[in-house]
Amino acid sequence: MSLLDYTATQLAEKIKNHEVSVLDAVNAVLEQIDSKEDTYNCYVTVDREGALKKAEEVQKKIDSGELTGPLAGVPVAIKDNMCTEGLLTTCSSKILGNFVPTYTSEAVINLEKAGAVIIGKTNMDEFAMGSTTETSAYGPTKNPRNPEHVPGGSSGGSAAAVAANECFYALGSDTGGSIRQPAGYCGVVGMKPTYSTVSRYGLIAYGSSLDQIGPLCKDVKDCATILETIASYDPKDSTSVKRDDTDFTSALVDDVKGMKIGIPRDYLGEGLDSEVKDAILKAADVLKSKGAIVEEFDLGLVEYAIPAYYTIAAAEASSNLERFDGIKYGYRTEEYTDLHNMYKKTRSEGFGPEVKRRIMLGSFVLSSGYYDAYYLKALRVKALIKKAFDDAFAKYDVILGPVAPTTAPKLGESLSDPIKMYLGDIYTISINLAGLPGICLPCGVDSKGLPIGLQLIGDCFKEKNIIQTAYAYEQARGDIIKEG
Amino acid sequence: MSKEYETVIGLEVHVELATKTKIFCGCSTAFGAEPNAHTCPVCTGMPGSLPVLNKQVVEYAMAVGIATNCDITQYSKFDRKNYFYPDNPQNYQISQLYLPICRNGYVEINGENGKKKVGIHEIHMEEDAGKLIHSEWDDCSMVDYNRSGVPLIEIVSEPDMRSADEVIAYLEKLRLIIQYLGASDCKLNEGSMRADVNLSVREVGAEKFGTRTEMKNLNSFKAIARAIENERQRQIDLIEDGEAVVQETRRWDDNKEYSYAMRSKEDAQDYRYFPEPDLVPIVISDEWIEQVKARQPELRDEKMTRYEADYKIPAYDADIITSSKKMADIFEEAVADGANPKKVSNYLMGETMRLLKDKSMDPDDITFSPANLAALIKLIDAGTINSSVAKEVFEKIFEEDIDPEKYVEENGLKMDNDEDGLRGIIEQVVADNPQSVQDYHNGKEKAIGFLVGQTMKATKGKANPGIINKILKELL
Repeated sequence: MSLLDYTATQLAEKIKNHEVSVLDAVNAVLEQIDSKEDTYNCYVTVDREGALKKAEEVQKKIDSGELTGPLAGVPVAIKDNMCTEGLLTTCSSKILGNFVPTYTSEAVINLEKAGAVIIGKTNMDEFAMGSTTETSAYGPTKNPRNPEHVPGGSSGGSAAAVAANECFYALGSDTGGSIRQPAGYCGVVGMKPTYSTVSRYGLIAYGSSLDQIGPLCKDVKDCATILETIASYDPKDSTSVKRDDTDFTSALVDDVKGMKIGIPRDYLGEGLDSEVKDAILKAADVLKSKGAIVEEFDLGLVEYAIPAYYTIAAAEASSNLERFDGIKYGYRTEEYTDLHNMYKKTRSEGFGPEVKRRIMLGSFVLSSGYYDAYYLKALRVKALIKKAFDDAFAKYDVILGPVAPTTAPKLGESLSDPIKMYLGDIYTISINLAGLPGICLPCGVDSKGLPIGLQLIGDCFKEKNIIQTAYAYEQARGDIIKEG
Repeated sequence: MSKEYETVIGLEVHVELATKTKIFCGCSTAFGAEPNAHTCPVCTGMPGSLPVLNKQVVEYAMAVGIATNCDITQYSKFDRKNYFYPDNPQNYQISQLYLPICRNGYVEINGENGKKKVGIHEIHMEEDAGKLIHSEWDDCSMVDYNRSGVPLIEIVSEPDMRSADEVIAYLEKLRLIIQYLGASDCKLNEGSMRADVNLSVREVGAEKFGTRTEMKNLNSFKAIARAIENERQRQIDLIEDGEAVVQETRRWDDNKEYSYAMRSKEDAQDYRYFPEPDLVPIVISDEWIEQVKARQPELRDEKMTRYEADYKIPAYDADIITSSKKMADIFEEAVADGANPKKVSNYLMGETMRLLKDKSMDPDDITFSPANLAALIKLIDAGTINSSVAKEVFEKIFEEDIDPEKYVEENGLKMDNDEDGLRGIIEQVVADNPQSVQDYHNGKEKAIGFLVGQTMKATKGKANPGIINKILKELL
């Protein structure tokens, strides 16, 4: 077994026991990056020097007993939309191609305090807008399970880096499925916690009311451990909530007896690939055989989630991205005649087509005369969707379903038809609209050998239910994914 | 025959709040620092930064709302107002459109026909923008974000005013309320209070309002009055000529006493307002409102009543002293230091007002300490100095805030009560002015005043006037 095959918590244990040094781990990851990165393109920036320097510092703190946590010394990759002081942060956009933040995002600070070693910043769909990581200004990331396929998105670089052993775990962000869907496509574990659990301070906003940071990693134990580390009440984020139940590792219990699990029939209907459906139902059977009570039910409103999501997310994005104007930082066009010409040229040249599409859509739904018809209506749909989930969680502890209608599509298949790409988010976006936690973990492979993701959804602040269910399933499932 | 027109005016007043830190971050609001010294990722719009609301801003807004008889919105929200300009680092301003913190208030003013209420439509909270500095040498513009994120409230009146006098009365009233609350210093010339005037005219008796214009860049009460008169006449001229008033924003140039159109309604921007997702709603409990009410300081009307009752000064005095928070503060502190209230009042209304007028200053510009005024009055009362010397000393206090006791001592200004010494001087004065002596004996009482004046001159103003009078009468 290679050092790279360890999970994050296994590696931390080995480092703690002085079987492996932090430097060994960092060097192993850097070597893996050297040999694989040309193929997969998981990273926008690899911080070789920073990681090597940090490895020494962290090793000293571990040796002195200052750092004893379950992630101390473990190399991590950070999605390139989280600010890192002194380290290029591009959001995979040309407009931030030269942006070096003056401060570090809160979630990353929490990891650094726990002794994480940042290897680099991972590729993503530009400003997290996309489902394939193909909208990046720095080239697409390839799926390590099969490089002819996309890794999913928008946290595709993070998911692929974990799948390719180019890091031991990664942080991603999830606005409409951007952690869970790439986790599913790449066959790794990914989780979006309840909105307000992880501070958004330093996360470059896409849809502020929907964005959450979460882990991408190798197994459920790592997932609970990382989430426990990054979750914190942060007075700098007004939407952050004080919670005293973020001891997520306490839910790593192999027991689902009596756990009530609902499968929305709406999630098994038209559009769902039959191989994916079979794998999901097989996973449900595994849980049933371990004593969970599993039944199908009608959730409702599923067809309204996509238009509501793209209205709200685009509206917020159109405003959030106004600050990228060539004045204060980032890209500025070379030649211009006056202020407005500078704005126009900078933004036309700096943003890619998907970002422009969403800015236009968002500006339209907020414009005078359309606000009530689109934006307000979308907010009402959002409230109804939340209500539908409230009703479901009155009956069930966990909702189970697929993470995406198909396994990873081939590169180039999605961009030509944006509507089709948006429809691929159908099983993930309602969870963001309702602020719920969701986890995705592998539950099989299709006939092409591509991973299939199982999604478990919990009620607000009930991460432990889905962590426990995922952990029990993972124990029964065993290893199913082999590296491509 | 020419028609009669009525002017209809509503105001939008921006007030910079006197908080120590900005509305959404911990940066200082202090004025006059090096450009961009008081900035952080939040107030410079860095990617990933998030706003956190300053509680003091909410409390000041509530205090102003309570003092102006508003309903406090107990579930209030912020919204984003989107527009591109370099002084606005995020290219949106965090403001309140849909659920402003205060609504449906009024203040009472002395209008054309007695007391009248001016309605307040709403008060909302928002952030100020930065400042652009245009460099003439480098052909470039620079931006200073020190002011970006300084808290503002915008007070929107109903269209209830009918003349420039009513507008000034309304603004004076607002300014005093806000100054007394300590929520702002409300200086028009420094921009901590800014008023935009919405004005239309209609024929007397008409029910419908005419088309209104909005006037910006009004930096003093005088400018406001001039702009109102000018705009009223411009609109009447248009109507009389059979032309339409265009709904537009205009900019006043007070030097040229002329306004020009900035933008019309047609090219008004669409601000694409929507609820600010980075801030949670502000929930204001009954208890919180009660706490703010309980902390509400004494406002002007209550102060006037108390001055008359407790200090026994005339209503006229109380009115003038309380017309400025600064003067009222000086009055109260000087009296607290033991000075006679009426004498303090006289010094504020007389000498202080005279010096302010001479130097074209506002009461807010006063720098002397109430303790020195109190000490001066005590010196007069103790007979240590006479009143003409006191006026001189007060000018020194007004200008340099000197300690009067020390100053009198050092400059030998103590009143001269030495009768024997004075008698010699007065004998000389009488001998030198036989004509005045003659006049006095011929029944011209006033002649004695001249002789007193001559004696004062000879003693450099230090002689006790009572003793001079006594000796003069004896000698004559």
